[in-house]
Amino acid sequence: MEPDPAAPMLEMRGITKRFPGVVANDGVDLSVLPGQVHTLLGENGAGKSTLMKILYGLYQPDEGSIELRGEPVTITSPSDAIERGIGMIHQHFMLVPTLTVAENVALGLGGRHGLSDMNPVKERLADVSDRYGLRVDPDAYIWQLAVGERQRAEILKALYRDASLLVLDEPTAVLTPPEVDELFATLRQLTDDGRGLVFISHKLHEVMELSDEITVLRHGKVSGRTRPSEASRESLAEMMVGRAVELTRTVDQQTAGAPQLRVSELDVIGDRGNLAVKSLDLEVCSGEIVGVAGVSGNGQRELAEAMFGLRPIERGHVQIGDERTSAPTPRQVRSMGLAYVPEERMRDGAVADFTVAENLMLVDYNTPTYSAGGFLKRQRIADRCRELVGNYRVKTPDIDTPTRNLSGGNIQKVVIAREFSSDATAFVVAQPTRGVDIGAAEYIHERLLEQRANGAAILLISEDLDEVMQLSDRIIVLLEGEVMGELTRDEFDVNTIGLLMSGVTSASPA
Amino acid sequence: MTTTEAVHEDAPSDPDSGGVGGSFAFAAVKPLAGLVVPVCAVAAALAVGSVMLLALGTNPLRGYAALIDGAFGGWDALADTSIKAMPLLLVGVGICIAFRAGVINIGGEGQIIAGAILSTSLALTIPDTPRIILVPLVLIAGAVGGGIWGTIPGALKAYAGVSEILATIMMNIIAAQFLSFLLQDLLIEEGAIKIQQTERVDANSHLPLLPGGTRLHLGVLIAILVAVLGYLLLFRTSLGMRLRSVGHNPHASKYAGMAVNRSIVQAMAFSGACAGVAGAILVFGSESHRLIGEGGASAFTQSAGFNGIVAALFGALHPLWTIPASFFFGGMLTGGIQLQQELQVPAALIVALNGVVVIFVVGSLKLRTRVNRWVERHEGAPVQPHKDVVDGGVMSGVE
Repeated sequence: MEPDPAAPMLEMRGITKRFPGVVANDGVDLSVLPGQVHTLLGENGAGKSTLMKILYGLYQPDEGSIELRGEPVTITSPSDAIERGIGMIHQHFMLVPTLTVAENVALGLGGRHGLSDMNPVKERLADVSDRYGLRVDPDAYIWQLAVGERQRAEILKALYRDASLLVLDEPTAVLTPPEVDELFATLRQLTDDGRGLVFISHKLHEVMELSDEITVLRHGKVSGRTRPSEASRESLAEMMVGRAVELTRTVDQQTAGAPQLRVSELDVIGDRGNLAVKSLDLEVCSGEIVGVAGVSGNGQRELAEAMFGLRPIERGHVQIGDERTSAPTPRQVRSMGLAYVPEERMRDGAVADFTVAENLMLVDYNTPTYSAGGFLKRQRIADRCRELVGNYRVKTPDIDTPTRNLSGGNIQKVVIAREFSSDATAFVVAQPTRGVDIGAAEYIHERLLEQRANGAAILLISEDLDEVMQLSDRIIVLLEGEVMGELTRDEFDVNTIGLLMSGVTSASPA
Repeated sequence: MTTTEAVHEDAPSDPDSGGVGGSFAFAAVKPLAGLVVPVCAVAAALAVGSVMLLALGTNPLRGYAALIDGAFGGWDALADTSIKAMPLLLVGVGICIAFRAGVINIGGEGQIIAGAILSTSLALTIPDTPRIILVPLVLIAGAVGGGIWGTIPGALKAYAGVSEILATIMMNIIAAQFLSFLLQDLLIEEGAIKIQQTERVDANSHLPLLPGGTRLHLGVLIAILVAVLGYLLLFRTSLGMRLRSVGHNPHASKYAGMAVNRSIVQAMAFSGACAGVAGAILVFGSESHRLIGEGGASAFTQSAGFNGIVAALFGALHPLWTIPASFFFGGMLTGGIQLQQELQVPAALIVALNGVVVIFVVGSLKLRTRVNRWVERHEGAPVQPHKDVVDGGVMSGVE
């Protein structure tokens, strides 16, 4: 580690990167001191990724210079970046699931040993692991690891290569609150060691907690530089979005109507053959949002999939309006008036290689409105898609842009536009704002409330407790596939819900 | 299934269209990736071919001049090239449909044979039918035969989880053996000398020659028509949208309420039908006008069941781009004969040369994907972070 704490370890000056029609980075300066966490904040499409890709050698800047430890450099490729001590922890982990932790670390290191002799790797890995309290079994296969452990493996991989500057791209998006605390402790240790960190996050309270310096990007330009001591969540949000943002939302009281979506005595088998949902009853009335809270993996996914006909129902049934079924198929429940915003939008919500228009039409493409005699009505589809893209503020160059080129938030908007514009009366909405930036999340919340105002029955499944508490009229807490408790809006309280989530009910002594 | 994925990346996406999934035809493939990479691949293959020609003590330039002259020099050459391209194109269009629906159809050979058997049997059964009825009828019979032969492995995949790659290969073998059996017994031409061939089919079933005095017959036009229909099916119909959706992402398709399994069967049926039409044309458009089994099944099919796959990949799995791609490979076949005659090189050289071209063409597919991505990036669309990191980050570490 370089000892001089005052000299920046990374200095990016006047970085400009143009793509035809877009200036992704426009004279961006970023300076990271050793021992500091420098947060890069900005909405999706603000230019954070472009800047980091330039740092990681994936793009070359059109203008501007990069200095590492005072020395001007040209970073030509990711391997070049790694050699220069830059480590990148991607949001989507870059690990080979069928290899062990140690093997993943050794991958790409080259050397004569290849993967044949793992012992020296393991020894060194154990050292690094001890030093930073990053507990991971080096012999465990990646596929066996929980998400938090995978992330530790990813960080270990970077540290093993002596990364002195680490870039963490939304590292907390996949973690539970205790795991976040653990991660932050590790990150603090890394900065104590003199390493520099670039932290990319949307979660303002995390940014306030962890950062030393904050650089905010908007539309490719630096829109603000500040420190947590001089900033508030509101001021950060305003710098990001360019206008005042309501961070705490007041939801109008609304009297719920008749029950619209009902699940009775539902048993669902999980992937491991266990009973993932046990004799579950729930009811959502029209004009009501019912939140499902719980630690990830307590039957939320299985519940949603079973309701939507993607997972067989062992026992019980689903009722939408007046119609009930005990063996639903997606097509059937859709015709019964249920729409679904799935948890994994890239896998289940959208076809990445399809255009925005095709994804918007994924459900309705063969209805008489949009096809006749087997042929697609291209003009009508185009008109409708332009309208939806406008109405739902999807940021895309064109409706014929491949969806994979959009940011996560905009892909989610495409999915939401498709599902919410249907004439469904009931919705299952799973993790609607996971990995989505503030602006888009705010917008999605607005749309959810709008559906509620229009009389839709919404089952909101989310691991983001803030979100559930903010939007729901009622909350049910799931634990191991069972309802641990149900609270109405006036009973909402983080501690109560937290306790229910961990299985402590008022009846059972803690 | 990394191969299909890589192939899908090539899926043309078009910036200017007003609707879903394809503006007209040729705007669809990005010019740089669509043309430069394949042309370079062919050039590289020919460069390697020059070394082979030099090693044989001949002048590569003269060789290639002969090849080009044989393939494209004059109306007769062009007609022969088109006739050779016909089965490649039909199979290739079928491959476009199957691959885009996520089904790897290796069963073109069997589907050609099944189409040929059914159409020939039909023509032999009802010889005295008017030509205006019989010609369409035998073509339909070909489509039905090939379609059935494609549907079987499709259904096995969709409903029993049998790998379509294995199933289609097995169906190839069954078809070839069945053909051999038929030509030794049921369908063999009556006569003193037993030759593995059927009777000559009735003149009313012969595909009419096109005007111009070449060997060019209606079958070539039908192949082009099928390519256009294949394009319309894939990019203009709701069925095609469903097939492509299922091929790209079966999960999301299922969530959207699409019938995934049925789509797989349908894709294989269409794919087989295209190859089956080729089988019919190979009989009714041939000069002998009969189904000949002499020399084995691949002598009849001209291995188009396999080569059509290469043509389709060369055409970026786009039915319309498969037209020039097939024409190119057809030209290699006809031009190769002239090269061989003029330079007196062994016939095996032509096979080798073809093989080198195929290797370079298939090998360039990944490169084409990368160039596509590169173009996309420089067209300014914000590329999703993890995508190109897979290319540039971890993968470069592994390589």
